Amino acid sequence: MPHDDHDHDHEPGSALSDVELRVRALESLLVEKGYVDPAALDAIVETYETKIGPRNGARVVAKAWADPAYRERLLADATAAIAELGFSGRGGEHMIVVENTPEVHNLIVCTLCSCYPWPVLGLPPVWYKSAPYRSRAVIDPRGVLADFGVTLPAGVKIRVWDSNSELRYLVLPMRPAGTEGWDEDRLATLVTRDSMIGTGLPSAPGKAPA
Amino acid sequence: MNGAHDMGGVAGFGPVVVEADEPVFHAEWERRVLAINVAAGATGAWNIDMSRFVRENRPAIEYLTTPYYAIWLAGLEHLVVETGLLTALELATGEALVPPKPVKQVLAAADVEERLLRGWPTERPVGFPPRFEVGAAVRTRVIAPATHTRLPRYARGRPGTVHAWHGAHVFPDAHAHGHGEAPHHLYTVRFEAKDLWGPDTTADAVYLNCWEPYLEATS
Repeated sequence: MPHDDHDHDHEPGSALSDVELRVRALESLLVEKGYVDPAALDAIVETYETKIGPRNGARVVAKAWADPAYRERLLADATAAIAELGFSGRGGEHMIVVENTPEVHNLIVCTLCSCYPWPVLGLPPVWYKSAPYRSRAVIDPRGVLADFGVTLPAGVKIRVWDSNSELRYLVLPMRPAGTEGWDEDRLATLVTRDSMIGTGLPSAPGKAPA
Repeated sequence: MNGAHDMGGVAGFGPVVVEADEPVFHAEWERRVLAINVAAGATGAWNIDMSRFVRENRPAIEYLTTPYYAIWLAGLEHLVVETGLLTALELATGEALVPPKPVKQVLAAADVEERLLRGWPTERPVGFPPRFEVGAAVRTRVIAPATHTRLPRYARGRPGTVHAWHGAHVFPDAHAHGHGEAPHHLYTVRFEAKDLWGPDTTADAVYLNCWEPYLEATS
C-alpha cells in the first residue's frame, strides 16, 4: 500500500500531521500516568530496527542447509531448533518451518491481518500487510509470484499457509546449486527475506558476496 | 466479523507493490506506535486478540484507506479508553486529568529484551482430548459472527483434512471479548484449493489453523 501524506518527513517548524499529534498525545499521557517507561519504548524501537530482522532467519536457513541433523530438528520442532540460535519470543512463540522441494513451493500470508514470524524476519514489509498481497496469495499465488518477478516451473505445486493463529511460519528454501562446501556464514549471504516468505528464491551463488 | 480485513480471495486491489530497500519504519511516528503498542500491551490491560478486534472493527472504508500503523494507533486509542487507562477527554486534550489506574505490570527498559525473547505463548494445558486425529476428514462450520473470529470467509463450510495437531491454544473468538482464554485444541487443516475456489486458482492447497469449534466431522 502506498503511503499517504501522513508519512512525509516534516521540516523543522512545520505543522505536525494529525497522526503525529495523536501519537505524541498518546505517548506522553501513557508515560505521564506511569503505564509505560519511555526508555522501554526506545529499547523496543532499537530492538526491531537494529537487532531483529531477516538476518536471523538467514542464519536458521543456512544452518539447515549445512547441517542435516539441524534440518531434521528444525522440521520436527521449529520453535526449539530456532531457539538454539537464540531467536524466540514475541510473534514467534510457536514456529513451523515448511520446506520447499523440486515438487512443492510454499508461500506464507496472513489474510486477516499481518501475522509474521518476528523473531526470525523482523517486522513485516508494507507489501506483506497490504490488501493486494493478503487478498490474492490464497487464490492466485502464481500471479503474486509474477508481481515479484518469480516464475516457477508449471508442474510445481504451490501450498499457501494462512497465518491465522499464533503459529508462525518460515519457509526453508532449496539450497542453490553450486554451493557445495560453503560454510554457514557464506550460505547465509544467499538467503533473502522473500525466500523465507516464499515470494522469492535464494540468490544465485554468482550474485552473492564471497 | 465479516469485516474489510477478511480479504482472502477478494479481487480488485491490484498488483503487489514492492518497495526496494524498504526501511523498517517510514516515519518517526511509526516507530512510536510500534513501541507504544508493545509496551502498553505489556501492562496486561488488554490482550492481542482484543487488539486485533479493535483494528478490524474500524469502519470498512477507513480500514482500507488508512496506513497500517495508523490503524494500530486508532486501535490503541480505543483500547486505552475502553480499559480505563485514559479518559476520552485526556486523549482529546493531551492532559492527564484523573489519577492513573493500577495495571498488572509496567515493562521496564532493562526487561525489554528478556520479555520479548520470552514472548506470550498461547498453548495451554486442558483436561480434554482432541476430537480429531491427523488425517481426519473435517468440514469447517458456517458462521458469521459480529464478533472476532479467525475463521476467514473463504474457508467456511469447506471440506478439509487435518494435517497437524498443535495442542490446545487460547481461543481468540472468546479472548477478544473478555470471555477468558477458553483454550481449545488447534489444528492445521489442509484444504484442496479447488474446494475453496473451484478451477479458478493457481494454488494446490491452502493450509489454515482451525480451533476445534471451527470444525465438524464429515461422515
